[in-house]
Amino acid sequence: MSATHSMFDTVGPRAQRWVRIVTAASVLFLLGLFAVAYWRFYESGALAPSRWYDLYQPHNVRYLGNALVNTAKAAAGAAAIALPLGLVLAVGRLSTRWWWRWPCAAVVELFRAVPVLLVIYIFMFALPAYGFDPDVYWKLVLPIALCASAILAEVFRAGVLALPKGQNEAALAVGMTKGQAFRQVVFPQALRLVVPALVAQAVIVVKDTAFGYVVSYAELMHSGRVLVSNTGNLVQTYLVITVVYILVNVIISQVAQRLDVALARRRSGRSQLSLLAGRFGRRPAP
Amino acid sequence: MRVLLDDYVGEFAAALGLTAQLTGVSFVLAVAIGLVLATFRISPIAPLRAFATVYVEIFRNVPLVALVLLVVYGLPEIDINIDFVPSVIVAMTAVGAAFACETIRTGINTVDVGQVEAARSIGLTFGPIVRTIVAPQAVRSMISPFVTLFIGVLLSSSLAAVVGVGELTFTVSSINNREALGLTTFLVAAALYAAISLGAAWLGNRAERRWRVTR
Repeated sequence: MSATHSMFDTVGPRAQRWVRIVTAASVLFLLGLFAVAYWRFYESGALAPSRWYDLYQPHNVRYLGNALVNTAKAAAGAAAIALPLGLVLAVGRLSTRWWWRWPCAAVVELFRAVPVLLVIYIFMFALPAYGFDPDVYWKLVLPIALCASAILAEVFRAGVLALPKGQNEAALAVGMTKGQAFRQVVFPQALRLVVPALVAQAVIVVKDTAFGYVVSYAELMHSGRVLVSNTGNLVQTYLVITVVYILVNVIISQVAQRLDVALARRRSGRSQLSLLAGRFGRRPAP
Repeated sequence: MRVLLDDYVGEFAAALGLTAQLTGVSFVLAVAIGLVLATFRISPIAPLRAFATVYVEIFRNVPLVALVLLVVYGLPEIDINIDFVPSVIVAMTAVGAAFACETIRTGINTVDVGQVEAARSIGLTFGPIVRTIVAPQAVRSMISPFVTLFIGVLLSSSLAAVVGVGELTFTVSSINNREALGLTTFLVAAALYAAISLGAAWLGNRAERRWRVTR
């Protein structure tokens, strides 16, 4: 019963019978659901071996492998820009100087409130008219990085705010300057708090790289499209690609969760992931 | 700017309407399905618990682009024909429901186990415990995560542009194709998205403050 909430009491004999009946019924229902889905696939011919044949040909596997590497490159590039940028925005937002705090807050709020796709369109269709026309890699990576940096800024800020105030006050009391206190006392601790949440945000970045489909950068999604136009096996190809994305992201999520548990045990405190990662798609919970 | 105001107000309004429709319908459905999934996840019925857990893991980790393409172009291949707009709503809802489930579950878990136990020990049964003890506290703690969810759903509606559904993001790029007004067109859309997002956040903050319980 560890996975369930205590809202459902440990059940007595009569309720146990009920649980057994509902369990059996739900198994039947779920099996029925899968059977219907399977039947739809089967009947439409989507499961015919010939439609999967192309997908496991060595050259196509290599092609998709390459695409996965490109996905990793795009995600790494976006993360490499978003991490420092997010940190700068977070520090700016925490600053006591208004002329430094306000612009940072505005940038963070704007990029959290705007879809990545719109920013990608701006880089694709609007900015070239002003002479800024980089490689497709950057048209994908820069928008993702900008939007991710706004999210990361909020994660960093949440970490700093989650620290007890006394840390900063004590540092100031022993004569450190504000900058010293932040660099040597507050930030190292805050960073340790948010590392799992930062790793969890990588899922968002990986997901966003699928917009390579839109900018025609040869990552997984776009390569899938190319493969589909060559072979015509749309459902099969996209299903395989979707499963790859899910596997990659599940691994990242698991790493984040393990890190969180390990770090929480070390400081024998609460899990911070639950505080920071209640997010849909792009926004961490404030 | 003049051109935008004179010629395209109607188009912007229609696009905004479609964005609102995609967002509104998907959000409501996502919360409803999320509630069912959350019930599954905390229920004593093992297969339902496993189903909900797997569902959440899959749909929290799938890129919406992949799902939209799979639903919009994939379903017709297995002889299920639905329109573009409902297709996009299906994809948005499927992902939204996974996040809604986690939001609701986290909210329920914020209610201390001791309270439920105390309620049970004074003789309350399941229904009254949920109605009078768990729900009032859980719902309060869910306000701000639900605002986050709403904004997430709003932003994800832009994905409809990938398959050519004329919502805000798509409309803006098609206006840009015809008029080449540079950044201005896009900034109008950005401002509209930001206005809705920040408006929702503001409403959420107000609601939270209004119904806050001081302990």
